[in-house]
Amino acid sequence: MVANREASPPTTAAGASGSRWRVETRTTLSTAFGIVAIAAMLLLALTPFFASRGVVQDLFFILTMLVLAQNWNLLAGYAGLISVGQQLFVGCGAYALFSFVILLGLDPLLAVLLSGVFAALVSVPTAFFAFRLHGPYFAIGTWVIAEVGRLLFAQWKALGGGTGTSLPRDATRDMIGIGFLKETLGLKSAAAVDALTFWVALILLAATMGTMYRLLRSRNGLGLAAVRDNEVAARALGVDAMRMKATVYVVTAFLTGITGALTYLQKARISPEAAFSLTDWTAYIIFIVVIGGIGTIEGPIVGVIVFFLMQNALSSYGSWYLLLMGALAIVTMLFAPRGLWGLASDRTGIELFPVRRILKRGPNHQGTKGGPHG
Amino acid sequence: MPILELETVSKSFGALVVAEKIGFSVEPGEALGVIGPNGAGKSTLFNLINGNIGVASGIVKFDGRDVTHLSPMQRCLAGMGRTFQIPQPFERLTVYENLLVSAAFGAAKSEHEVADACANILEETGLIDRANDPAGSLSLLQRKRLELARALATQPKLLLLDEIAGGLTEGECNQLVATIRRVHQKGISIIWIEHVLHALNSVAERLLVLNFGRVIGIGQPAEIMASREVREIYLGMEV
Repeated sequence: MVANREASPPTTAAGASGSRWRVETRTTLSTAFGIVAIAAMLLLALTPFFASRGVVQDLFFILTMLVLAQNWNLLAGYAGLISVGQQLFVGCGAYALFSFVILLGLDPLLAVLLSGVFAALVSVPTAFFAFRLHGPYFAIGTWVIAEVGRLLFAQWKALGGGTGTSLPRDATRDMIGIGFLKETLGLKSAAAVDALTFWVALILLAATMGTMYRLLRSRNGLGLAAVRDNEVAARALGVDAMRMKATVYVVTAFLTGITGALTYLQKARISPEAAFSLTDWTAYIIFIVVIGGIGTIEGPIVGVIVFFLMQNALSSYGSWYLLLMGALAIVTMLFAPRGLWGLASDRTGIELFPVRRILKRGPNHQGTKGGPHG
Repeated sequence: MPILELETVSKSFGALVVAEKIGFSVEPGEALGVIGPNGAGKSTLFNLINGNIGVASGIVKFDGRDVTHLSPMQRCLAGMGRTFQIPQPFERLTVYENLLVSAAFGAAKSEHEVADACANILEETGLIDRANDPAGSLSLLQRKRLELARALATQPKLLLLDEIAGGLTEGECNQLVATIRRVHQKGISIIWIEHVLHALNSVAERLLVLNFGRVIGIGQPAEIMASREVREIYLGMEV
């Protein structure tokens, strides 16, 4: 199942017709990278044991932004749905969390999951309206719906209305697993909450990227790529474009909602302005995806690192920082439309998450293991 | 029973009538050529047949079934394969993946079942050497071949070819016609819109002439080409 598609020579010189064919997607490099990536994830999981709370919180921020970026990447880069209203799902997830915890007294971790379900439910009627629009109209439509969401939640007096509210201290300190962490590792409550939310974020990222990679290698992933490249042709060739886009929209709303809930569980303080912020949850995310490389799994990983470094280095300059970021995004779009990763990948031919199916002459002795599954 | 039957199919865009009470049928295994001047409504006719554009009135029957209100996707699954006049490849996918999309979705099979079939079609259409290149890197002839290959990969009962020989050199055109003849000999019904008449006449058993969205003649190629109306309208000759 492992093959190096660059180096391997044509296996047989069998005559044109009647010869068997095989299909490969993985490369030696990608398999090696997969092992390294899993090792890196495990190493990352150990950070709360030796790093300071500040580092853990920074990593938490990077992980959650990367989850949001991968979701937007799937939405815009693969399903062709350029949404500028993903803050709707961040906000709905976050507010759902606060209402589940404050009003219903649920455990915060369970509430995070339920908040994702709530965001997915919100996405169904949103899709019903927004999918009637196309291109720039779709983008503006999603933004308008997100603003409606913000205004509605600002009316909710039980959760502080326009000024927002905080999670009660006890709610996070009594969360499942906190007691165990305090006893076994001797962590203080605040550090234990940071560690736990960090681990949940790490699991969320692994699940998001794992699901995304599996999807893109599957039959449905192929259909999605076809819809992205040419929707009219895809439909004429039997691809159910509408069902695919709707599925991606609802699934990304679910994951975005979970991320919103988790982020605000860690912040423990919410307001409609912050939770439904266009800048924080869509503009920054688009920046990350565009800088890194839209339509690749590797791109947003590069993008989120650039974004984090820029933010640390420049955030003291106020609006100049935003202007610089905008200028950088424009330069990237003009001179490297496929982002920093696209630039690197074009030069070197390296793909860490290959999804391309390579047809090779030769007997299919590897059975069905090598190729992607339908 | 005809493979395709249109009954009084009409459609207008505002004041512009693009199809006016079009009615004809195609028998299984038949090759029907469609000719007519630019703007006669030929590509629109294909869009009405495959469902890209809904009819205003009239009935489209395919394989004995009323498909008037089915989507292009459903009609593809029922056995309608089409090519586009301006090739519409999935540019970022490879040539092989382009075929895989139509085979896996258009014929509703798993990727593994269709790998060999796709490779065979690539050989038949002369694209096998470009199998792993992005479709966006193909030349015009190769893009036209890819249109044909993709339509074939859906395992169609009826193939709709939209000006597939246009813009090709004589040699390229002959190769493509040879491929289309082979497809036709397998018993697949074909409707072929074409301006390159010698190519069309080497395959088509009947010709249909369109002008201003109306059928102004259908019959044997020799009769059609000899008719006064066709010569005036289509060939612009004074008779």
